[in-house]
Amino acid sequence: MKIIILFVLVCVLGIWSLFLGFTDISVTEVFSMSESQSLVMAVSRIPRLAAVIIAGASMSICGVIMQQMTHNRFVSPTTAGTMDAAALGIMLSMLIFPDGGTYQRLSVSLAVTLGASAVFMTLAERIKFKNLVFVPLLGIIFGNILDSVTTFIGLQFNVVHSMASWLQGDFSSVMQGNYELMYISVPLLAVTYFYADRFTLMGMGKSFAVNLGMNYANMFRLGLVVTSCVTSVIVLTVGMIPFVGLIVPNIISILFGDNLRKTLPLTALAGSAFLLACDILGRSVMYPYEVSVSVMVGIIGGAVFLYLILGRRLNAG
Amino acid sequence: MRDNVKLVLLSVLSAACILLFLFYDSGSDLSFILPERGAKAGAMVITGIAVAYSAVIFQTISFNRILTPSVMGFDAVYLFLQTTALFIFGSGGFMMVNEVFNFGISAAALMLFTFFLYRLIFVRNGNVFFLMLVGVVMWTLFRSLTVFMQMLIDPNEFAVVQDAMFASFNNVRVDLLGVSAAVIIAVALYCIPMFRKLDVMLLGREHAVSLGIAYDNLVKRSLIVITLLVAVSTALVGQMTFLGIIVSNLAYESMKTYKHSYVIACSALYSVIAIVGGQFVIERVFYFNITVSVVINFVGGLYFMYLLTKESK
Repeated sequence: MKIIILFVLVCVLGIWSLFLGFTDISVTEVFSMSESQSLVMAVSRIPRLAAVIIAGASMSICGVIMQQMTHNRFVSPTTAGTMDAAALGIMLSMLIFPDGGTYQRLSVSLAVTLGASAVFMTLAERIKFKNLVFVPLLGIIFGNILDSVTTFIGLQFNVVHSMASWLQGDFSSVMQGNYELMYISVPLLAVTYFYADRFTLMGMGKSFAVNLGMNYANMFRLGLVVTSCVTSVIVLTVGMIPFVGLIVPNIISILFGDNLRKTLPLTALAGSAFLLACDILGRSVMYPYEVSVSVMVGIIGGAVFLYLILGRRLNAG
Repeated sequence: MRDNVKLVLLSVLSAACILLFLFYDSGSDLSFILPERGAKAGAMVITGIAVAYSAVIFQTISFNRILTPSVMGFDAVYLFLQTTALFIFGSGGFMMVNEVFNFGISAAALMLFTFFLYRLIFVRNGNVFFLMLVGVVMWTLFRSLTVFMQMLIDPNEFAVVQDAMFASFNNVRVDLLGVSAAVIIAVALYCIPMFRKLDVMLLGREHAVSLGIAYDNLVKRSLIVITLLVAVSTALVGQMTFLGIIVSNLAYESMKTYKHSYVIACSALYSVIAIVGGQFVIERVFYFNITVSVVINFVGGLYFMYLLTKESK
């Protein structure tokens, strides 16, 4: 039932998104579109919709997995430095392969992200922390450090400006032909659904999971690879988008609990819906100009997150 | 080594940094290069002092050595206020033209935020890590809001005032420098009689109250001081998130006393050395094309992680 409601929500927002924009296309014209209208649909609107849906779903799922891996509600691609690592990797790839294609970019970015995530996740596992918010705090600082390395190198090679505009999370440049890489996320997300029960176990603690006969180290590695890969792909194609992986999983967990087999699809749909709503808002608020989705997410997500932590709704986590 | 001797040595070192910065490789035509470098050095010294001063006082009143105003998002709020003012009044508005007035309004608005933090820190008495997380999230929130406002503003108009709003060491405005220096000196003088009371405060709330300190009053006054100092340093050069943490903790380590007069002087000197010396080394020795704040964020970030892990044990 919940899943149907969310699915309908995504569909409604999706249709809204398709018919929003400078070129006037109304819903009634779907079957009688002029040539230019159908071109706009095929080249720009539909790719954009697909990109938003995939990005929203995959960032939320990444958040869930990272939260299970660290047993910590506040960890996500933004609060563990994962996005900053991906950005650093992309910049390095621009310097190593100035004329490199997408796959070279992705491989360098993935290598850096994997390394950084491995360091951080191991650190989070090792430290015996008393406090729930300690790990994300460490992660945010870790991200700041990576970011200053990126800025430093970028300034030396004069690529800061192109980096800045590239990394600003934004769907306005998504076109047919430059976003298809994002589909890599889909099979990866399917894999996480296949292993959903094991990730649920992982969230209950290492000793508990090992006692039940789970190969913890292998699952840990799988989680690292999936989250790093998905994050790299998203940063590479649409840039950095804060908070989605943090807020959506938490709201779903508050509402529906932690059985991932049941909640993973909900989380994915809710992530898509949230990002779609932010994208639509960003496109409407100063129409015909656009406010980038990362700004909208930063404002809405920041406010929601503050409400969540100040309201102490997450204390039980 | 006695504390006084250390302070003298640090003063000599920071004076040397400033002189090096001013005169190294200056050529013969001093009249051209000195005013520019002088303004830059002045801005750095003022910022350094403001950051160190506000960090130490903030740490005393929050009973914690890893909190600073920047970590709590003060600077981001300041920039947001500036942008909002620009949005409402426009670049030709009185607020943008009259810097003193602008400063006054911004500082007043920042006080509201301070009041919110005050409730959060002292009334709620939440734990430190929780507070820091709130601070970091507020930082992101206000940064996004600022960018959003900037997008709403006419780009031409924005370009006119951009430099004024986000001045860096490379672009110091002399008129603003005068105001800032005046505010810093006034605040510094105002604080000196407070130092002894702050020393007592280190004993904890109960002890301080029983020793005759008007505790809440002192906290409020300190917060006002901190607000002014943050507004000044952010207006002058922008954000330097981790500088306050580095210099204050260095000062605690190197001074044998807990007296604020010593600790604050010491951390201010460290701060000047870090900024002026750092800028000199980066700019003229390595010829790197960056401001020192990037390096400070890198080094400071690592140090902060170290402090956090130490603290959590």
